[in-house]
Amino acid sequence: MSLISALARMEAVESGRAQPLATVRHRHVSARPLVLVPLTTAGEAGAPLGALVGTDAEAPRLLVVTQPRDRDLRFSFLADLAEEVLPYVDSFTDVVEAAERSEVDPETGKKVKVEVELCADAPQLIVPSRAGIEYVRLLGRSTRFRRTAEQDPETPFPAPPRVPLLGRWLTHYGDRALVPGSSLLLAATDLLNRHWATGQSSLEDQHLGALLAWIDPRDGESGPEGALRAEVGRDERGQLLCPPAGPATDPAFDNRLLAPAIERYDRARLALGAAEDGEAADAGLGELHRAEREVRRLVASQLKPTWDAVWRALGLLRELPVGARVEDRWTRDRWSFTGHRDRVVAGEPPQPRRDDVIAAASKLANRERAQGQLEAQEALDDPLVLAARRLAGEAFAAEVAEVAMAYTEKNRPRPLLTVRTEDRPHLAEKAKVFRSLDGKPQAAEFVRYEEDGSLVLRLLDRMGRSKEPAAGSVPEKGERISWTLFEHEQRVGPKLPEPEDTPWTHGGPPAPGSAGGTPRTDAVELPDAVTPEDVL
Amino acid sequence: MSASLDSGLPRPSQTTTLRQRLGELRGPGTAPRALDARALAALAANPGCRRRALLDGAGVDKAALASRLGSPAPFGQSQFAIMRGNSFEAKVKADGGRELLRLLGVEEPGAVSVPDLAAAGPQGRTARTALALREATAAGTWTLLDHPLVALEVAGSPVYLEPDAVVVSPDGRWTVVEIKSFPMIDGAADASKVGAAARQSAVYVLALERTAAVTEGATVAHSVLLVCPKDFSNVPTASVVDVRKQRSVTRRQLARLIRIEEIADALPEGTTFDVEGCSSAELTEAVESVPHAYAPECLAACELAFHCRARAREAGAVETLGRAVRGELGGLTTVDAVLAAARGEAGDPEDPAVAALRRARAMRQEALDRASAPSEEAGACR
Repeated sequence: MSLISALARMEAVESGRAQPLATVRHRHVSARPLVLVPLTTAGEAGAPLGALVGTDAEAPRLLVVTQPRDRDLRFSFLADLAEEVLPYVDSFTDVVEAAERSEVDPETGKKVKVEVELCADAPQLIVPSRAGIEYVRLLGRSTRFRRTAEQDPETPFPAPPRVPLLGRWLTHYGDRALVPGSSLLLAATDLLNRHWATGQSSLEDQHLGALLAWIDPRDGESGPEGALRAEVGRDERGQLLCPPAGPATDPAFDNRLLAPAIERYDRARLALGAAEDGEAADAGLGELHRAEREVRRLVASQLKPTWDAVWRALGLLRELPVGARVEDRWTRDRWSFTGHRDRVVAGEPPQPRRDDVIAAASKLANRERAQGQLEAQEALDDPLVLAARRLAGEAFAAEVAEVAMAYTEKNRPRPLLTVRTEDRPHLAEKAKVFRSLDGKPQAAEFVRYEEDGSLVLRLLDRMGRSKEPAAGSVPEKGERISWTLFEHEQRVGPKLPEPEDTPWTHGGPPAPGSAGGTPRTDAVELPDAVTPEDVL
Repeated sequence: MSASLDSGLPRPSQTTTLRQRLGELRGPGTAPRALDARALAALAANPGCRRRALLDGAGVDKAALASRLGSPAPFGQSQFAIMRGNSFEAKVKADGGRELLRLLGVEEPGAVSVPDLAAAGPQGRTARTALALREATAAGTWTLLDHPLVALEVAGSPVYLEPDAVVVSPDGRWTVVEIKSFPMIDGAADASKVGAAARQSAVYVLALERTAAVTEGATVAHSVLLVCPKDFSNVPTASVVDVRKQRSVTRRQLARLIRIEEIADALPEGTTFDVEGCSSAELTEAVESVPHAYAPECLAACELAFHCRARAREAGAVETLGRAVRGELGGLTTVDAVLAAARGEAGDPEDPAVAALRRARAMRQEALDRASAPSEEAGACR
């Protein structure tokens, strides 16, 4: 934690209210996000219990698995989820704009610009917490290899038609969430924590209810009071006043309310199966419906508060003005969405269980680049983020005290600026510093310290082609400018080698004859083995 | 190796007095609680906490204590998870241990003996386990010990531990088996859960090593077998986890623990944590007489965490915001002191921590002012 954010947390302790950590919004919030609040069954990997899903805060769709151990009920839950998620995704796939991408021409080996489609907007998925992001990934993994009856008539437990496709999209979103600064799949807690500091630790900040109590308290309640109530407050039946944001449920809820309700449902099903005449069957059916309604009511009671909290969080985020470079990162998300859309349309197989070495290397490189880019962009967008970098000596704000024109031997302008700063940047001789000029970085190098402690910088670029620098490209005396020691745009690292030049450290070149010359050996992944006693 | 771990159980006279003292602390007629997975996690999360050390060392029921203090522990286990966990463990241990040996990579174990380890009381069960381990090592066949009980000296008092299973191989090698119900998906499980399981197993390895030291021909494997459900099924799969690192970390932590005797001696006369026999006020006073070392990590591992957190917040301790916060604050330990120093109301401006705080506050204020200047709502909190 940086000293500035630690200080913000302490100010929050003192005031009993969350304090701003950012002056602008650093993440894209879609005009029409899809909120998904999932619940899972304790002790079972990927056995969903229920979910609230939808794009309208007032009209969520409730999905419940009345008996989580029943494979058919689980499949119908996933089919219903697919019916909510996929139409939402599809509504973005057809609205496209023309864009250019540079590709290597296979014949000449030269880079050429090609016209491609770029989706004008992308679906955005919001879950309550980080565990929710993990769960999206888990659901994706558990469904993308399922086989439908159409794909494989022999499969013992065929999945409903659109479920494998749902799995592929959830996998893509889960994967994209690992890219720093991406906004395709976000957790409400992460969104809030990026923008506000509470008077508690970052561990406690993972509790959505407690977090909101600090940021957006109820009338007259202080942050710590509200947070404590959200964490441990229970009603007269021993149930949490603020149910956990999931996907795990509260054990007290499982044991006291849910387990008896599910048992009643099981009994009703048995009774209905054993009914011998029409009258008994009618009565049994009535009881089954009542039991089912009760389970649904219980699951909904755990989901609804979290659903409302997620929308409250989105509302809070929307009040912040958006950062200037957020749009740029969202465009990358749109590229990512468009790319996966194209892979689905092209009939490519689902994402492999494990990335091969080359895919893994390029994903890692991408994430590192995105991290660097995010850090730089946030600092440029937000003086409060920049303040932390200034404190760390990675940036400085300075007033121009003097401008002296100077030229290189070839008569290029290289003006010398004398600037005064209170900050303490870690500058080595000839260190490069950058400022933002009309959104583009302008570089300067550090020349020396003057006796009075001011710095001398030599401007290096963006002054036009003529001998006299272009208007506005050289700062004027008295101007206050923020300089950074880090670059504003991440340099693209060295390109990864071509598949046939893959070094032995990464498995070597692909074996001759493998599909498409790529080293992917896992092009066809088998579905998970299914045994009758499997829980899922 | 430290003396406290290698010297076997402490000398009888010493043990008796300490045991008596701990018995008094626990309350008459209360059996000591074994150090369960959560207590081990709490030990790893906060080895320096005297309050935790004493209560765990004395085997006090911390969950009951926390309820009496008015901050009940938020832990509980869903019956769905328990049911699933039990059925999974039964499946792993099915077929007379052959399934488990198959997971260990032994396809043809021959006869597998599964000795009965039932005995009265923790001491009886530990002795029975030690005997079974000796017999199995001498016999030279595969043996599966189901829920053995082993003892380890922690901070000068013996605590009892119950691994899920221990396998003895014909060459006298003892392997700890840890059965967990979190899934291993595509050969990988949740790293934090594997880490917790490894730390837990490392303590079992340490405890077994003491028994192995007095058993001829016995060695304890420094890798444990972690058994988990495979993918989304309940078919068991296993992974050998090297716990050498966790073992040496835990050993170092245990060796450095303040001895429980010392903590107990510092208590006022007649202090007791008898949950049955004391009023809430008396219990609160007793708990307050042992210092805590609260950190947010405690919340996930210790039953008393909410109680200690409330006290730490009352005192304004900066650790309530996270251990990392302390790093840059030098000698400032309370929120009030930090804020006063940052505002220039207190503190020595020559102190680098104070100077850094003042600069941080000035920069933060400047940025917030700048942001709120053009449009009012930009810098506001909501």
